[in-house]
Amino acid sequence: MKEKPDVLQGTLALMVLKTLDVLGAQHGWGIARRIEQISGDLLDVNQGTLYPLLLKLEHEGSIASEWGASENNRRARFYRLTAAGRKQLQAETREWEQTAAIIARFFKVKAEDLP
Amino acid sequence: MKFLRRFFLRVTNLATGRGADQRLQDELAEHLALQIEENLRAGMSSAEARRQAALKLGAVQAIREGHHDEQSLPFIENLLFDLRYAVRMLLRSPGFSFIAIATMALGIGATTAIYSVIDATLLHPLPYPNPTELVLLEGDLPGVGARDVGISVPEWRDLESSGIFRSVSVSGTGADVNLTGSAQPERLSYKHVTPNFFAVFGVDAQLGRTFDPHDATPGFNLEAVISDGLWKREFGADPHIVGKALRLDNDLYHVVGVMPRGFRDLGSTSEERNTEIWLAAGMAGAPFPPPLRGSRLQSRTVARLMPGLSIVAAQGRLDALVASLKKQYPAEYPSQTAWTVRLIPLSENVVGSVRPSLLLLFGAVGLVLLISCVNVANLLLARASGRGREIAVRQALGAQRTRLIRQFLAESLLLFLLGGIAGFAILFFARKFLLQLVPESLPHLNDISINWGVLGFALAVSVAAGTVFGLAPAWLMTRFDLIGTLRQEGRGSSGSRERSRARQILVISELALSLVLMVAAGLLLRSFRDLFQVQPGFNPARVMAVQTWLPGPNDPSADIYRTATQESVLLREILRRSRTLPGVEEAAVGDTTALPLGHSDGDLNPLPLLREGIETMDNQAPVIASPIVSPEYFHLLGMPLERGRLFNDRDLEDAPPVAIINQAAARMYWPKQDPVGKRVRLRLDSREPLRSAKPAWTTIVGVIADARTESLADAAIPQIYRSVYQHPAKSLAIFLRGQLDPSDLSAQVRSQVQAVDATLPVFHAETLDDVLASSLSVRRFSMEMVAFFAATALLLAGLGIYGTISYVVNEQRREIAIRLALGAQRGNILKMVLRRGLGLAAAGAGLGVAGALLVSHLMAGLLFGVSPNDLTTFAGVTIVLTGVALAASYIPALRAMRLDPITTLHSE
Repeated sequence: MKEKPDVLQGTLALMVLKTLDVLGAQHGWGIARRIEQISGDLLDVNQGTLYPLLLKLEHEGSIASEWGASENNRRARFYRLTAAGRKQLQAETREWEQTAAIIARFFKVKAEDLP
Repeated sequence: MKFLRRFFLRVTNLATGRGADQRLQDELAEHLALQIEENLRAGMSSAEARRQAALKLGAVQAIREGHHDEQSLPFIENLLFDLRYAVRMLLRSPGFSFIAIATMALGIGATTAIYSVIDATLLHPLPYPNPTELVLLEGDLPGVGARDVGISVPEWRDLESSGIFRSVSVSGTGADVNLTGSAQPERLSYKHVTPNFFAVFGVDAQLGRTFDPHDATPGFNLEAVISDGLWKREFGADPHIVGKALRLDNDLYHVVGVMPRGFRDLGSTSEERNTEIWLAAGMAGAPFPPPLRGSRLQSRTVARLMPGLSIVAAQGRLDALVASLKKQYPAEYPSQTAWTVRLIPLSENVVGSVRPSLLLLFGAVGLVLLISCVNVANLLLARASGRGREIAVRQALGAQRTRLIRQFLAESLLLFLLGGIAGFAILFFARKFLLQLVPESLPHLNDISINWGVLGFALAVSVAAGTVFGLAPAWLMTRFDLIGTLRQEGRGSSGSRERSRARQILVISELALSLVLMVAAGLLLRSFRDLFQVQPGFNPARVMAVQTWLPGPNDPSADIYRTATQESVLLREILRRSRTLPGVEEAAVGDTTALPLGHSDGDLNPLPLLREGIETMDNQAPVIASPIVSPEYFHLLGMPLERGRLFNDRDLEDAPPVAIINQAAARMYWPKQDPVGKRVRLRLDSREPLRSAKPAWTTIVGVIADARTESLADAAIPQIYRSVYQHPAKSLAIFLRGQLDPSDLSAQVRSQVQAVDATLPVFHAETLDDVLASSLSVRRFSMEMVAFFAATALLLAGLGIYGTISYVVNEQRREIAIRLALGAQRGNILKMVLRRGLGLAAAGAGLGVAGALLVSHLMAGLLFGVSPNDLTTFAGVTIVLTGVALAASYIPALRAMRLDPITTLHSE
């Protein structure tokens, strides 16, 4: 299996964490659907990336999972954010905002602005 | 942290197995169901909803794989797969596997066996804390050709306060003492030591204490420390032994401590090695000579260097100290003697003498290991030719080359490891038997063990050899023209040229290596035979020696055998009674120095030799070995008189002292002169009680022929013999010649000796033939081992060349069949195949001779009477090797000759 580029993978992890933070415990399909909805269906979440990522996050201790019943009473595996995951989310959000701000400033700069 | 956590989870997942995959499948099924519901809600038909959902989910297998990669450790999993596959491959061809594993078991087992010996001796020579700090100090007088002259008490004090050493101990070279009061008067090895002796070694007593290092008693302080062995044997491991009295040579000592089991005194003499009692003495008061610079003690000086000081640096500072002492006391250190003190690592002293033999063995066994590895590599390559099609098909199906190499490597590693484990197991179960083969004279024989370290060595060697010798065949196996192989394979053409060239190179190197080993074995064999045939200059046949020891109490007036006249009564009676024993034809006595070959340097007790009109002081004089013998000695040992006369009945204590020298002494000290009639003085004879009068001049009355009484391998050393009726000796050997039964003799002699004096111990009866054989035992051991290794190597090389030629014949059977069909003579086919074998043998022999020349010069020190370039050995070995190569090629050649062209060509 070829890995996807880091940025994408890192972004997806952040999106998953944020989704769980906002929605609370959620199953895999729900997470994928939610990310697609928020992106305005511009993003198509690849399940081949999502499930290994969920496993990785679980191994790292950012999320935890257990079997539960879905809205229509089906057996589904629910993922939720752990305390460590919440901390990680906050840290990564800060980092991401910083990066985004820097990039934004680069785009804003015009030639005449430079001394 | 996160990485570690993931790694551990993965390892547990690997162990727990499949559950995770099942969970994912459930989850994906759930995912699909949710997506279908969503699609239905969006208004799709049920079939379309299902189709779209499946499309959106993508390939389930790919998700599972991605999940699995995240879940576990692919590398280890692959390794397990490879191993499983390798086990299947080994089981599929059991004959091949057995031969390969047996070959490796032989190679690794033999290497490990020799390693266990080296581990116990060369790698761990000293069982003391910080052994590298321990050094031996030897004083030499190179100006007069004297070595190891001992040390005087003032010199010892100078060394102690020099700041070079943490502590310096002086000890006697070991001697015997009679322990009386037990059932049988027993002779024990004792050693007098300075009180700091045990502190230098850094070993404490297991019971009681050792000596107080600051004890300043000038003579013996009457304290004794005993060995664990003596404690258990003589005192039944009495827990209250401390404080009990011991009567040694009629002097009363009391026990202060028992050394722990396994503490051994590491001297170079056999007495020292077996020391069971240590007595503390300041060595500055009676019975020792007064502590003057000129009176050196026959002693051994062992010191512990200051921590962190290297031998070289310590030697530098010691040289400076010696130089300043010489300046300070010019009269005591005459410049012509050139007094120096050498530092020798103590380990060198213990195992230095066997190092060349052991390294030779290790080298030889290393070659055997190399040959067995080459043989197995060869087998692997041979098998590869049968698997060419399999490999090609797998590559065509997309198997990566690295993956294939890894898999072949797993196979060879498995083979080598199994071989290593088998070799180790055989070694472990045969260790008792194998240890019997090791000569008793090898130091640390009892420490040889098959332990975890040795197992680790065996496994490490297996893995290293498996990697190196598995990688090359794997590389060659997977490297070929895919299309060509697929097209050719199975049509009997010449196959991969590269592989067959590799096999030929392997066989050639095998032949070369075995030639090297065989030359080494041949040279050692010839040296050994020459040693046995060397004229020792004395006749050991039918001679036995039995030892006894006369007590020498510290107070000379208590000694009933103090003078030669007193002792001669005893000796004459012992000799008279010995001659009456059944089978005895001749009897003589001598001191232990007169025992041929049975002693090492330390027993020689060399004395300074002052020639009249040449030397005037002890410390200018060269030293000379000085046995004390009875007049019958020379005749009994068959040492012929060259000039002058032997001792006679008039050479008694009150007559002028006389001596007999050997030709070596005559040559060295009276070159081109007649030594008979010359007068000498021998000084510092520690075996004689101190006398106030200066020793009188001793006149040389005869010269006897040289005899190799020290070592068969070395020419005779200078000796001066004196009569036991003029100089009393304490450690005696009774020599008997005749039809003797060694098993009874000891008891018979004991009853005769103890009929004269019941307090005398009688021990260590041995035939001189045995002494002679055991003096050669380490040589014999290494010779036999190298010969065994060489035979193994030859066998392996023979198998190798047989395999290769068989392979070549098999590959060429189509060509041969065509030749035969076209009318080739069968004899020519035979010749063609044999020529192949001969070509390999010639190349191997050529390389081997070059290697053997190199090796034989490296081992020149172990050879005796044979040149390292010995033509006979080289030619003989080459002929044998060629013969074996031809014989091994003959079988496949016959097979080629008898090939039926019709069947062969049909079957292709």
